[in-house]
Amino acid sequence: MIAPYVPADWLVLLPEIALVVVAVLLAVLDVAYPQVRRTGELGIYAGLGIAVAGVLGIVFALPGSDRTLLFGGMLRSDLFAFVFRMLVIFAGVMTALLSSGVRGVSRHGEYFILLIGACLGMNFMALSADIIMLYLALETTSIAGYVLAGFAHGDDHAAEAGLKYFLFGAATSGLLVYGLSLLYGFTGETGLAAIAAAVGDGQVPPAALLVINMLLLAGIGFKVTAVPFHFWAPDVYEGAPTPVTAFISTASKAVGFAVLFRIMSVTVPMSAYLLPLLTAISVLSMTLGNLAALAQRNIKRLLAYSSIAHAGYVLMAVVTISDLGTAAVVFYLITYVVTNLAAFAVVIIFARVSGSDEIADYAGLSRRSPYLALAMLVAFLSLAGVPPLAGFFGKMFLFAAVVKAGLIWLAIVGVLNAILGIYYYLIVLKVVFVFPAPEGTASIDVPRVYSVALAVLCIGIVVLGTVAGPWFDLALQSAQGIY
Amino acid sequence: MSFPLLSAITFTPVTVGMLLLLFPADRHTEIRITALAGATLTLFLSIWAYVSYDISLAGYQFVERLNWVPALGISYYVGVDGLSLPMVLLTGIVIFTGVLISWKIDDRPREFFAFLFLLATGVFGVFVALDLFHLFFFYEIAVFPMYLLIAIWGWKVTREYAAMKLTLYLFIGSVVAVVGALAMYFASGMNTFDMLALQNAHFPADFQRFWFPFIFFGFAVLAGIFPFHNWSPDGHVAAPTAVSMFHAGVLMKLGAFAALRVGVMLLPAGAHYWMPWIVFLALINIVYGSFVAMMQRDLKYVIGFSSVSHMGLVMMGVASLTPIGITGAGLQMFSHGAMTALFFACVGMIYDQAHTRDIPSLGGFGAKMPLVAVAFIIGGLVSMGMPGFSGFIAEQPIFMGVWAAGQTTSQYYLGQQYAWIDLVAVIAIAITAAYILRAVHQVFFTKLPAEFEHHVGDVTILDKVALVVLVGVLLALGWFPAWMAPLVASSAANVMTILQGAAG
Repeated sequence: MIAPYVPADWLVLLPEIALVVVAVLLAVLDVAYPQVRRTGELGIYAGLGIAVAGVLGIVFALPGSDRTLLFGGMLRSDLFAFVFRMLVIFAGVMTALLSSGVRGVSRHGEYFILLIGACLGMNFMALSADIIMLYLALETTSIAGYVLAGFAHGDDHAAEAGLKYFLFGAATSGLLVYGLSLLYGFTGETGLAAIAAAVGDGQVPPAALLVINMLLLAGIGFKVTAVPFHFWAPDVYEGAPTPVTAFISTASKAVGFAVLFRIMSVTVPMSAYLLPLLTAISVLSMTLGNLAALAQRNIKRLLAYSSIAHAGYVLMAVVTISDLGTAAVVFYLITYVVTNLAAFAVVIIFARVSGSDEIADYAGLSRRSPYLALAMLVAFLSLAGVPPLAGFFGKMFLFAAVVKAGLIWLAIVGVLNAILGIYYYLIVLKVVFVFPAPEGTASIDVPRVYSVALAVLCIGIVVLGTVAGPWFDLALQSAQGIY
Repeated sequence: MSFPLLSAITFTPVTVGMLLLLFPADRHTEIRITALAGATLTLFLSIWAYVSYDISLAGYQFVERLNWVPALGISYYVGVDGLSLPMVLLTGIVIFTGVLISWKIDDRPREFFAFLFLLATGVFGVFVALDLFHLFFFYEIAVFPMYLLIAIWGWKVTREYAAMKLTLYLFIGSVVAVVGALAMYFASGMNTFDMLALQNAHFPADFQRFWFPFIFFGFAVLAGIFPFHNWSPDGHVAAPTAVSMFHAGVLMKLGAFAALRVGVMLLPAGAHYWMPWIVFLALINIVYGSFVAMMQRDLKYVIGFSSVSHMGLVMMGVASLTPIGITGAGLQMFSHGAMTALFFACVGMIYDQAHTRDIPSLGGFGAKMPLVAVAFIIGGLVSMGMPGFSGFIAEQPIFMGVWAAGQTTSQYYLGQQYAWIDLVAVIAIAITAAYILRAVHQVFFTKLPAEFEHHVGDVTILDKVALVVLVGVLLALGWFPAWMAPLVASSAANVMTILQGAAG
């Protein structure tokens, strides 16, 4: 079947086209501008370029309530995808800005080009409506991600992180593609909608559906760092350059959930196993993530385990299979991306000066740099779900969806986990605010780019946590018509 | 549209707090003066609200409403009635006196006042909330700054332990209540968190019985109800003076207030079912708290456990489900708030000079700081429920309410026992007299130990102003209860209408 050529189709892809242009421009710049003279402007240019792509998308390519299939059914343009694409672009901008002062990455043009490549792949993951497209996009993202994770030259930790990320990623992606091929084998279709119809007709035997579900879950579970596919996360988060960690833990995870929704719209109608399975994964993820986070001494590992726990919270609302649940997830992911980026921004700024990611070294931060400490307070309390910060509304909406679905016990498990979370976030804040700084530590100066990025993120956290109405409306609109 | 008075009250503290953060960290004097100006403005606004409330109309006044998250029926919805208005006034008084008392804080005063003001905004927000979600939002804002305030500026020996314990207790209570609130929201099917609308939701009786404990105990943790009171004395003792005042004076009332506003008023049938148990637990609070207070050597622990005991009286007044009992509970919240703030202020002043709170090693401070001695004694008389002081005005109706509950509500299986409960509770008053008088005697009237001879002097003028304000409030309520009692009674009548609707 050959779809008719529709010029308007291209307009939908304006942000992605702009990203490609920015990547090409960066490549030219990389050649024309000698590496030794660079200080940090490459990251700023890349950040601005990605931001332009986002602005173009919002101005010219904002989908209304319409849902259209493009390019012969390969892509599906709707508000849901758009929200995630913008989220990816936002994370891309912040990551580029935060990379601008990090030794080992800030002077390398190819680093930023790979970052844009990863953004592109993620955008197409959110857009894809066809399993072939989905797999292509996923691999684009992953391969760029593997390289980014191992990027820092001469750093063994980074190399180890890159390799680990690659091995786990390749294995789970193999499982995913096997699941997808089974789906194709039983239904003879590659379009998600067509597969859903075929599954609804009973073309796939229940036993096979169970296997398929588990295979797909392995692939997506890796992306969203859900237990038991989380083992890579702490090591990779710790070893990778911190901006890359920030990017992987926010954009990659958010898009992973977008794909989960796309695939669930296919498999849910038929599967009696999927929901109990997902519920179990949710409970395990939050409990294990939070318990393991209690024992961490490295802030990046702590954030890794906390991000595993957050995946668990989100899954809690995913299993409700409701518009409210989906909206809660979308809203939560928006808040989570902003909040986690802020948390990692603080880690990056601190590590530039101190060269350390150990929590113990954060002692006395509130005297060394009161504003950085306040930013950390905002980010960590938002992760803990304290008002008036983004995480509070995020968690409330998740719990609301869960209670509405009648899963009271799950809500109780969730809120008790939130308490565990509060405990270890407060432990970190205690080190920052209560413990005295060691003798001879200097105050921490924050370059202007970082101040701006951090200010934007913190204001974003407060805005999401106070003026939540419009954002939730957006989430609710984007959630409509997923199932 | 008229002046948004309640929003002004709610957001003045946090605005001042944010303003403070813009100051350079080392401008301590400017920071303190700005903080005092903000606190004074807040006090002025809350007095303004108090005097301009029209009692002949009763009900909720100064109502403001804005859509917040319309898709879920969440609104910014505020208003005050006769129960919340005294609490607003109390919060204004405590923040004002708290700032005066905190003048000496030298370690990062900018952050201290900013967090204290954020806390105040949270407290105001809860007291004026008419929307359930709004209430939770501010409730949690009121809880978490406590952690930092205690952990950073608290008593070095126990502050980290106490701060974490307090925070975890309160958050667990709050999230349990959140689950209950969400259950109510969805069960009502009205797609609104508006508490006035939810009052008419007529939840099925078994639903109310199931969820009432989630809501009530979730909030009552903050009121220090037995057996969830354990965080409270530790927290009070570890906190810096102003935070202790805020904490025992206002924050614990937040728990009782929310338990009444959400638990009893939205789930009246659940309240009828569970109340005998709560009366019983409150009785344990009252008696057990006072006995433990008597055994303490640390002056601050004495006050801390006396708070547990007095909050038991508040809970008991609520649990009597009689108009007079609820009126008493409302008055007791106000009276105890001012009284305990006064106590903690006095203890803080003594500790600042003596660097110890161990009662047996103190003595003779009456000569050195006479005003503190007078204030402490007046607080003590209030605490004992002496006529002429606000404690009498507040506690007497509570005992009458419990008695009345026994007379009128024989359907409760504990109903006939209420008279006995009163008798047992009254024992606590005698115990209170014992531990207060013992402390007064030892601290103020025995011979001054030689070690304090030289470095103990009188308190500053700012401290004196704070003491005089608090004492004035206590005496004013003791002598002229008419400026508050009818106000509280008008709202207690409203609560009764709801309760009778559920019973009938």
